[in-house]
Amino acid sequence: MGYFFKFAVNSLYVSAYIQAISYYLPEQSLSNSELCDIFPSLTENDIFKRTGIRKRHITKDGVVGSDLGYEAAMKLFSEHGIDPSTIDFLIFCTEGLDYKGPATACILQHRLGLPISCGAIDVPFGCTGFTYGLSVAKGLIESGQAVSVLLLTSDIPSTVIHPSDAELRMIFGDAGAATLITSNEAFSKGVGKFSFGTDGSGADNLMVERSGTRNAADAEWFEKNKDVGGMKYGQMKMNSLEIFSFAMRVVPPMINDILTKNELKKEDIDLFVFHQANTFLLSVLRRKLKIEEDKFFMYMEEVGNTVSASIPIALYEAIKAGKAKKGSTVLLASFGIGYSWSGTVVRL
Amino acid sequence: MDITTFISQIENEIEELTPGSLTPETEFTSLKEWSSMHVLILIALIDTEYNVTITGADLQQCKSVNDLFNVVKSRV
Repeated sequence: MGYFFKFAVNSLYVSAYIQAISYYLPEQSLSNSELCDIFPSLTENDIFKRTGIRKRHITKDGVVGSDLGYEAAMKLFSEHGIDPSTIDFLIFCTEGLDYKGPATACILQHRLGLPISCGAIDVPFGCTGFTYGLSVAKGLIESGQAVSVLLLTSDIPSTVIHPSDAELRMIFGDAGAATLITSNEAFSKGVGKFSFGTDGSGADNLMVERSGTRNAADAEWFEKNKDVGGMKYGQMKMNSLEIFSFAMRVVPPMINDILTKNELKKEDIDLFVFHQANTFLLSVLRRKLKIEEDKFFMYMEEVGNTVSASIPIALYEAIKAGKAKKGSTVLLASFGIGYSWSGTVVRL
Repeated sequence: MDITTFISQIENEIEELTPGSLTPETEFTSLKEWSSMHVLILIALIDTEYNVTITGADLQQCKSVNDLFNVVKSRV
């Protein structure tokens, strides 16, 4: 068989698909009743009504994103019987990298015992990290450059929330998720075509200030925040009004674009799994898109908005609850900090 | 679209409001227990009923029910 023909055949038949998912939550948690003790003007009922969340998990001081990602990966190996030596590419996605250098993915390659022939990159992304990471994995697999990609999406938003910020503390939770994407030599596409979008004009509306090289945290910043541990990783600021109207504006056209690109109709989708921002926003989007309630999966009550880990956690729980099974067509869509948005259709 | 319907839609959607309590002149911030959550409910309501997406900047320019009505009406 000539080289070109072989190449063409491989390209035709190899498609990426999601083989397994696991996730890890820190033990410590923050309940609505604890939040009410801290903020006496709130009631448990109010918090639940506003967010659809009862509990969020909070990492211990010093336990960072890559630690949660590591735990999630170890769980993936044991829960699904995966041999780490078969992994040939690692994508670590987080907004809380260990260092500016080296890449956290390099540290994780060693810690997880992945082969040294394994490629490793960081994707420092937030709410849309899972779908963007999945698109990179698909590109690597379908272009024949990797066979088995480990995508770790892990975030610790609690560490960048000021303790007096009730609104953000209500919404966000820490978590790590591990997803194995492998090549499937079959006709059916496991991970479909993506729709992407970016609008950096909204960067200021959701930002972790004082967290990098621009306007870096200085002595004055630490002094100002010394009562709350210095806010040493920076501080998340969100204009919820703008984020809400941004999501209302971009998500419906994105869903239509995903369906068009994958030559599917809304009726062909068995389950819709969006970035788990908060139940109020998701319910409004569901009604706007006229998606039936039983085809729209939400999982936030026990975990909150876990940023880049939210979609794999929801997908795991959807499979566990029997809402999605082998052969199901699931539409994944994420949106948030950036502004950034992306989505695709996966066949499980 | 007419303002009477607009007002009753808002009153129906926001459970803290007593039907008949809103007038075109009512200023949102003068309402007891008005919160950021109600603003989000308003955005969602206007989007669903009129297919108009209101932004935070739009809302900052709207003091009264009538102001908001005019913004929505100009974009329907």
